[in-house]
Formats: sequence, C-alpha cells, structure tokens
Amino acid sequence: MAGLAATFGSGAMTNTIACIEKAEVILITGSNTTENHPVISTFVKRAVTRRGAKLIVVDPRRTRIAGFADFYLRQNLGTDVAWINGMMHVIIKEKIYDRDFVAQRTAGFEALKQMVEKYTPEFVESITGIPAEHLTAAARLYASGRPASILYCMGITQHTTGTDNVKCLAALAMLCGNLGVEGGGVNPLRGQNNVQGACDFGGLPDVYSGYQKVADPAIRAKMEKAWGVSGLPEKPGLKVTQMVPAAGEGRIKALYVVGENPLVSDPDLNHAEHCFKHLDFLVVQDIFLTETARMADVVLPSACFAEKDGTFSNTERRVQRVRKAVEPPGQARDDWWIVCQIATRMGYPMQYENPQAIFDELARITPSYGGLSYPRLEKEGIPWPCPTPEHPGTPVLHQGMFTSGKGVFFAIEYIPPAEVADTEYPIYLTTGRVLYQYHTGTMTMKTEGLNERAPECFVEMSARDAREHGLQHGDRALISSRRGSIEVVVQISDQAAPGTVFLPFHYAQAAANRLTNARLDPVSGIPEFKVCAVKLAKAA
Amino acid sequence: MAEAPQNRIVINGNTWTFEPGETLLEVARRHHVDIPTLCHLKGATPTGACRICVVEVEGAATLMASCATPATDGMVVRTESPKVVAARRQILELMLASGNHNCTIRQTVEQDWSRFQMRVQDEDQAVELCPVWGDCRLQDLAFRYQVTARNLPPAETVYPMETVNPFIVRDFSRCIHCGRCVQACNEIQVNNAIRFGYQGTRSKIVAGDDRPLKDSDCVFCGECVQACPVGALVEKDARYRVRPWQTTRVRTTCSYCGVGCQLDLHVADGRVVKVTGADVAPNHGSLCVKGRFGFHFIHDPERLTTPLVRDNGQLREATWDEALDRVARRLGEIREQHGPDSLGVLTSARVTNEENYLMNKFTRAVLKTNNIDHCARL
Repeated sequence: MAGLAATFGSGAMTNTIACIEKAEVILITGSNTTENHPVISTFVKRAVTRRGAKLIVVDPRRTRIAGFADFYLRQNLGTDVAWINGMMHVIIKEKIYDRDFVAQRTAGFEALKQMVEKYTPEFVESITGIPAEHLTAAARLYASGRPASILYCMGITQHTTGTDNVKCLAALAMLCGNLGVEGGGVNPLRGQNNVQGACDFGGLPDVYSGYQKVADPAIRAKMEKAWGVSGLPEKPGLKVTQMVPAAGEGRIKALYVVGENPLVSDPDLNHAEHCFKHLDFLVVQDIFLTETARMADVVLPSACFAEKDGTFSNTERRVQRVRKAVEPPGQARDDWWIVCQIATRMGYPMQYENPQAIFDELARITPSYGGLSYPRLEKEGIPWPCPTPEHPGTPVLHQGMFTSGKGVFFAIEYIPPAEVADTEYPIYLTTGRVLYQYHTGTMTMKTEGLNERAPECFVEMSARDAREHGLQHGDRALISSRRGSIEVVVQISDQAAPGTVFLPFHYAQAAANRLTNARLDPVSGIPEFKVCAVKLAKAA
Repeated sequence: MAEAPQNRIVINGNTWTFEPGETLLEVARRHHVDIPTLCHLKGATPTGACRICVVEVEGAATLMASCATPATDGMVVRTESPKVVAARRQILELMLASGNHNCTIRQTVEQDWSRFQMRVQDEDQAVELCPVWGDCRLQDLAFRYQVTARNLPPAETVYPMETVNPFIVRDFSRCIHCGRCVQACNEIQVNNAIRFGYQGTRSKIVAGDDRPLKDSDCVFCGECVQACPVGALVEKDARYRVRPWQTTRVRTTCSYCGVGCQLDLHVADGRVVKVTGADVAPNHGSLCVKGRFGFHFIHDPERLTTPLVRDNGQLREATWDEALDRVARRLGEIREQHGPDSLGVLTSARVTNEENYLMNKFTRAVLKTNNIDHCARL
C-alpha cells in the first residue's frame, strides 16, 4: 500500500472488480488468482474467453490462471523491479506510451526514462531469466490495449523490495495512461475479508481512521475533541513486524492480540516464539484457542462473522454490511463489546447501544466514509470515498486528477532479494496459500471436506529438482533454511520452476514460516515471505 | 422512404418499447411478464435447449424460444396462449418422464412405482421423496401447468449416483439435461470441468473423460449446484436435511478473502446449515469452495465459549468480570511501570470496521500509544 500511496496519494485498489471485465489487456503478477481470489479470477477468465481480452501472467509458478494467458513469463524470485523496468524500457524506446497522460498528469518522467535506459530486454533476461523476446512482446501487448488493468497480490509485496515493486507497477500503468479509466488501474487484491477496513480505521501505527496522520497536530486536536481526551501520542507507533522483535528485546511488555495467529503467520517463527515468551502479559481475543492463544495470560472468547452486525470493506473499497444470523456459543461476545468493557474498566467509559451507533461515530470523523450509513448500505455496498450523504461512492479512483495532484514516477534500480541461493542452501523457497485452506487454517480446518482436499503440508517442486535430490512424488522430504527445518510430503508439479520450490503456510505442524526470512521491506515493514534459500533432503 | 424503426413490440396485448438486441424474454421480464425458463442462466449464452420459454409470434410458423429470439419492430407476441400452454405441458411431461421425478405422483400407491424408482430410492437410503421437494423449478412448473406424467413410465438412468466427493452429490436419475450446470462451470466460473457427454438416451453431464468430480478439474465452487433447477446436484451436507420452509436466510458478507462476496446464510434451529451466493455486486451469485462449503467452523465444538485466565502456568476458565478486570489491571500496571509505549495492540483484518475503529480509539485514547497494527503485512 505504501508504494501506491507514494505514487498516487492513495493506497487502495484503484478500480472495481467489475472493471476487470472491461479491460482490453490484463496483467497479473504475484497473484495465484484462481486459488486465492477464486471469484475475482472468474472476471479475468470471462474477459479472456468470452470477450477476447489479452492476458499476461508474470509469476515464478505456472499457476492455473497462466493457462489462460497469451503470455506467461516466469521470472526468477525477487526480480520484479527488473522485468517491470524492462517493460517500461521497451515501451519508452518504441514510443508506444501515452504522451498526453504523461505530460498532463505525471511528474518525474525524464528521470524514469534515463534510469530504465539500461534495462534492455537482454540485460533484464540476465537477471530475471525471462527471454528477451518474450518480455518485448509482452510489453508491446500491454501498451497496445487500452484500458489495461494490473492485478497483483502478496507475490509482489512480500519482498524486501515490495514497495519498490508496487511503485514500478504503478509507473507502468501511468506510462500507458491506464489510471482514472474504467477497465484500467493498479489493483492490489486483498487477502483477508477486512484488511481494507483494518487499514481504513486506524489499525496502523501512523494514522487514525481515514488515513489521518497521528503526526499532524490539527488532526490530533480533532480526535482529542471527538473522543473527549487530551494528550494523544504524536509519535507514530511500531509496526507488527517491529513489535514482535521489540518484545524479544524487552521494549514491548504487553500485547493485546485480536483475531490473529502470529505464531503461525509470522516470519521466522522460531524467533517469533522466543519473542512472545518474553512478554510480561499477553491477551488474545479469538474464536478458537489458536497457537498464539495457548501462550496467552488471558484468553477472551469472541463472536465470529455470522454472529455479529457490522460492516467489512472489501478489496475494491466497497463497504458492505455484516448481519447477525446466529447466537455466539456459550459466553462468547462481540469484539466491540469486549474492548468497550476493558476501556471502561481502565477509566474511560466506552458505551454504544449497537454497531450502528459506532458506525455513525466513525462516519462523523472519517471523511472518506462521511456519507455512509446503515440505511444506505442496506441493499448493496458502496465503494469509498463517499464524503456526503448525496455522494454515489467512487468506483474508479484518480479520475481527472490524482489524490495527491500529479502521479509520481519513481525511478528504481533493481536490488537482489535479502537472501540468495548459495552452495549450502542452493534452492529458492517461496510460500503462499492453496485453494482449500485459508491462512493459518483455524477456520477451514474445521470443515472435513476441505481437509480431505488439502490434508497436509507439501513441498511443490519440479521433476528436475526431485530427481537431483533423489526424491519421488509422495516421499517425505526434510527442507531446511538457516532458521529452521520441517518435514513435508513431496509433490512433483509442472507449476514449479527448476530451482524454486513452494510451500503453503497454513499448517502449524509443518509451518513454512519456520524457514522464512524475517527481513523487512524498509518502508512497508512487510517481511520477505516470498524468497529465501533452502536445502532439500530425503527425510530419514 | 422507409419509416424509422420505432422499436415497439406487443406482448399479450400491451405495447412496449425495446432496446435493439434485447431478446423477447428480456423485454417481457423487464415489464414483469413471467415467461417460465429452465435452461436460461443469467450471464450465459442462451441455448434454447429446454424450450419451456416458447411463445407464439404472430406470422411465425412455429413457436419461438423467447430466450434466443431477438425482439424486432412490430412483433406481436403471446406468452400464455393455448398453443403455448399445450407445448409447455408436453415439454414438462417429457421431462418428468425422463428420469426419477416422483413428486407429481405422490398420491400413487407404492405398487405403482417402477423398479427403477425403487432402486434409486434404495440407493439414496432416504425415506423422503426428493432432496429438493419444495425447492425445484420443475416441480413448480409441473404444478403451474398441472402436469402429472402419470401415463408415461419414467425412463431409466443407467448412471449410479456419485457421492464420493465431500461436497456435491450428483444424482443422474434426476437430471433433466438443461445444461445450466455446464454453462455455470464453463461460462460463468470458467473452470471448464464438466460438459455434455455421450449421445441420445445415454446422455450424461461428465467431468473430464467421465470421472468422479474429485478426480477431475472441478474446484468445488458449487456454481453448478446453485444453477441446478432440480435435484440432480445438491450439497452433500444439506441433502434431505435442509428444507426451504424450515430455514431463514440472512444476507451477509463472506469472511474469507478480500473479495467480500455477498452470501445468504441459511439458518435452521439457530445453526447455519447451508450457504448460497447472492446476486448482487461484487460476486453476482458466485462463490468459491471456502465461502460456500467452509462454514463448519461457526458451530465447531472447539469454539472458545468462556474466558480463560492463566494461574500457576495453566489456563483455567474464568468469569467475564474476572478476565476483564485482570486485563484492565495488568495493562494499567505495565503502562504505569514502563510507559504507554511498552504496550502494543494487534487489531484484526477479520473483525468489523466498527471493531477496528474502537481498537484504534482504545489504543490511542486509553492506552495512549500508537503501537497498533494488524496482519496486512503477513
């Protein structure tokens, strides 16, 4: 999100899901769309098969969506800046970019032009492994069709260069004038039901709801007035990936964790466990006794989505109603009720009649939600910004002007991933999800049928890597990085490129994150889940 | 000189305008004229396969399938004329006789049942007549047009029921070959897992080279189940257990990925028993396997039902008062001792906007720190 915010002034999906079906060209990268966003993948597949849209897929794994592509490009792990610069090199050199858009709506083009000069398709091939002629053809295809839509996911962001990767994709889209138009855009696909909402409502260390900065005195004064308090802290706080190490160092003494399971989802788990053990006090509020809850001093049982009223904001910024269908089990309570109780017991009375009353308060102090209310959301969701009750909502961002005025081109050089394969750890590892499981599996693993389809962790590898390690389909393999090792079943698959293996991270018993690297993107604080170096052996 | 086209059409004596390219069915539905359909699937190419939507067009030699006939200027259409009704009755009779469709012969004594029907009933191990009784388009139409098909013996289906996957039961004895499932799979979800196989009376909807769904390209999105107008494709979990008159539906938002599909939770006796996709943005009825079939966690016995506190190294059950007091006291003590920035909060991409807003307010206004984040980065 940091990359988009820097380029356009707003870090969210620029267009709607429905827009995908209006694109002439679709570029998907770092997204295993059919498994992780199955319903969004149907929009892509329909655009291709029924309307003849062109599809470019760039991914280290030949995923199912690649089967629909006109061009499938396989880059080496962690080389995204290089291939995107290469595409921009071709488009600028062949003068097939949108000159009017670049002249009127952007800044920084000359610097970009100079910088990508050296990213010739041949130079890019030496870094990424993508054949020069394929890159050239894909670049021409992307530039030839307007509007063109870019879809990306964690395969782009979970790198030490994640912010750079996003800025480069944004530059590519601006170069071809694909912003502010239906069917175009730069579209990050959000992985969890309400990531957008957690970001929108101040679940971030530097902003209140609506991305209003904590460092801005005028904003702090506004919040102090709204909340009836004084002395709101002005220094931005720690990111999750800083808080956990800070716990290990004794700077964070207590953590209050709501609905998350960092002891499966955090990178370099062995280290994360050590950090959690260091805490003086851990509160976990969840629907199950997760791996993280087992370590807690107090566990608070909460209601799940089917048991509560409220709203979620989806990946396309659409604010949608959540409605209570059944009662929570036993004494489990709504998360909002629980936090109100704690606040009140700490001397700050927080009382609301129901979620609608909370929504009315947040709409009053969050400009982008200012025009939204439960009655307006009754039939169908509305995408923000929606500043006034008369405003229809905003399906396409950046029409006519960017949130920040002009769109900024960042000229960014390729740098290699934090950990590269060497003689001791000669194989690259990347991680992700599978269709039938979700995140740390606390929900999906309660459905027998899903477990029947995806029962256990596996390592996906090419036939060549299997042969070279004396492994066969179904064997058990020991896979180790500098940080840990796990034992998993071998799955030989055409999806995997030789030299790179894949692990799903759902399974606590064989947690892929025992192996992953906790090195962070310096801006976003996102760990490099998608690249690390490992070695393989047949399990004893 | 020819007159400019007026784009006017007469349906059942009413004159209406149409948009060029609209089918007769679309014009009629827009004006609330109910033409029945079976094979027609919104968003997919009309096939005209079932012909239940036929209408009489003045001057035309035969009845026309309204789903596949474009409206043209000056057309005069009748949607429930005697000819149309007779044709629909005949189509329905043939459909009812094409397989195991028991509901219209409910008054019949057991001896009237054919060996085939007894076999299917036996195979199903059910005492009730049909898994979709009361939720079946064919049954609705048979009642509407008073068709019993009593005089036609049911044709036997050679294919046994498929129950070997965890989610979907395929009952070929109840399939009417309307093709909606094939279109849902190929044109809407574009998973290309099923198609029409074999010829004539051996016709069957097959997966790949006629293998069980679990060994095919099927990804169990369930779009075909939602599209099936009869009892040929039913959720395994809900089959014979979930009846529409025993459930209420609650519209809500899926809690898995960020697409935010709109869905209906079907609730019976305080439990979610089935999920269907809602025909609104962003998903327009579609779901994936997790959203449609992965709801069991809601009522899982492992759900946390009471607060827990740790004493002497062990978690034990506690009252809300005890647990909340302990949280408030310890957070207060640690803030006192080490300052507000020694506290951290991880809010959640799983809880609502309202709850995230309050976590943000609590962290900043009560704890007095900005150490709040969530797992967007993970």
